[in-house]
Amino acid sequence: MNRTYELMFIVRPDMVEEEQDKLISTLETAVTSSGGNVKSVEKMGKRRLAYMVRRFHDGIYVLLTVEGGGGLIHELERRLRVTEPVIKFITVRIDEEQKRLDKIKAIRDARRKTPPPAPPAPAVEAGGETPAATA
Amino acid sequence: MAEEIRAAAAAHGSSVGDRPSGGDRPSGGDRSSGHDRGERRPPRPGGPGGREGGRKYFRRKKVCKFCVEKIEAINYKDVRLLAQFVAESGKIVPRRLTGVCTPHQRRLSSAIKQARNIALLPFAGRAS
Repeated sequence: MNRTYELMFIVRPDMVEEEQDKLISTLETAVTSSGGNVKSVEKMGKRRLAYMVRRFHDGIYVLLTVEGGGGLIHELERRLRVTEPVIKFITVRIDEEQKRLDKIKAIRDARRKTPPPAPPAPAVEAGGETPAATA
Repeated sequence: MAEEIRAAAAAHGSSVGDRPSGGDRPSGGDRSSGHDRGERRPPRPGGPGGREGGRKYFRRKKVCKFCVEKIEAINYKDVRLLAQFVAESGKIVPRRLTGVCTPHQRRLSSAIKQARNIALLPFAGRAS
């Protein structure tokens, strides 16, 4: 029941650095208190929004990677919704996608490794045959 | 071989009964034999081009970018990748125009929709 989620949210562009840090740390404590853990925090900085959100054309993007259950996400989303400077957020579950990617990668690596042994095998057989033919 | 015999027979006898037998042969046969048949078909048009000689330009076979370049991770954060498959108007470009295969188009469209939700891509119009 350990899922990984990616929580991306946008705060208003005029939010100062300390307030952002404060918001992030409160979210982190909320995560740890309900049994999850924060894997990474990334401040992606100020970016132009693709469309206007609450009369803002810019926003500061923050990305949080969180491990935990669905209840935790519910709580985090509730918090984001009531936090006034947060203008938009999205939560995406990423563990299943990551699993799929790892699987594909493993298959590719295995394929990359198998072809080199394959060509020598016929060569050895051919080598075995030639002495028999000469003898 | 059979072609020659038939041609020879036609030249020799020029019988009326020979012509239907030539006609009901599969049309995929060799058309270069000298006798003109009534139902000589034009070469089959290659695509949706239409009539004979309608192929004014050669259409390259489209291939899935994700399959060719082995991009498996289609993430909503990768705006640069996603923007290639979004029209100027903000619409998702259909598969038939981009050549993306079905599984990848499915992932692509969901990623684009997620990116729209978080204001990385526009719903409509250019990202202003």
